[in-house]
Amino acid sequence: MTDLWEVFVRPRRGLAHTHVGSVHAPDAAMALRNARDVYTRRQEGVSIWVVPAHTITASSPDEKDAFFDPAADKIYRHPTFYPVPDDAEHL
Amino acid sequence: MSSTTDLIEAALRIGDDALVAGQRLAQWSARAPELEEDIALSNIALDQVGVARLLLTYAGEVEGAGRDEDAFAYRREPADFRNCLLVEQPNGDFGVTMAKLLFVSVYQHLLYQRLMDSADERLADVAAKARKESAYHEDHATQWTLRLGDGTAESHRRMQDAVTAIWPYTDELFARDDVSDRLAAAGVVPDPDSLRGPWSETVGDVLAVATLARPSVPAAPGGGRAGRHSAHLSTMLSEMQSLHRAHPGATW
Repeated sequence: MTDLWEVFVRPRRGLAHTHVGSVHAPDAAMALRNARDVYTRRQEGVSIWVVPAHTITASSPDEKDAFFDPAADKIYRHPTFYPVPDDAEHL
Repeated sequence: MSSTTDLIEAALRIGDDALVAGQRLAQWSARAPELEEDIALSNIALDQVGVARLLLTYAGEVEGAGRDEDAFAYRREPADFRNCLLVEQPNGDFGVTMAKLLFVSVYQHLLYQRLMDSADERLADVAAKARKESAYHEDHATQWTLRLGDGTAESHRRMQDAVTAIWPYTDELFARDDVSDRLAAAGVVPDPDSLRGPWSETVGDVLAVATLARPSVPAAPGGGRAGRHSAHLSTMLSEMQSLHRAHPGATW
């Protein structure tokens, strides 16, 4: 009956919604209200998203190495890898 | 303007409704069906107590005898309380609690909306703050009434029983007496009877969508506004006031 919902709160206008936790609720309308009561009691947000937890596809911890390690030695993906010519303005 | 006595009476009637409703809801703390609902009910309880504090403080200021909010909340006997009988009814099961919350919050929401135009500035200020809170209380009770009424056979049966059991106490919300007539004439508090129509319409709509029957049961005798309460209030107050009576002036 009661499903799990992931809760995302936007703390201020202009910022992105951030995952803050989860709530139990029988449907989306109640999930939104429960999220309001549990996660925005102290003026933490101006907007709330609730997402059914089962609809989220997550990367597997077992695949962590294959997923993330290859990025470790590719420093050229960082902008700081490239020297900036002295006469390049507006960077 | 009405007399000082009437103004104190007005603050206590509205404030005691909030205080007793808040204390009843607080009894769900750590006992609600789910953590989320536990927090929701505690939030609503705290909203109610917050409004009660403002009004009891105001009653003390108008009285001018040195009584503060704690003196009113913790040092009065049941017969000095001016709340309606509806709010002091026991919580029962979750359905009963939601029926009580629905009926009270629709009433309070309408009352606060009208009270914002009060000739008394302080009451108008309290109403402006409380109005938004009561709108949320009404929404919470409405959501649950819809889900329980139009839910399973068991939830429907229990929600209908709850609505029927609490219905007789709703009549008192709209009862007039000499005090309310004088307050209404002075523009301080709206005539309770003028809220009956809008209340009936809002609650009727919720019951209809929730597939619940509007009860046709006789009204219960009132008397709360005059201090004639059920034994339920004494029991509740004896617990609520026990700490303050054992340790007068205790703070934390």
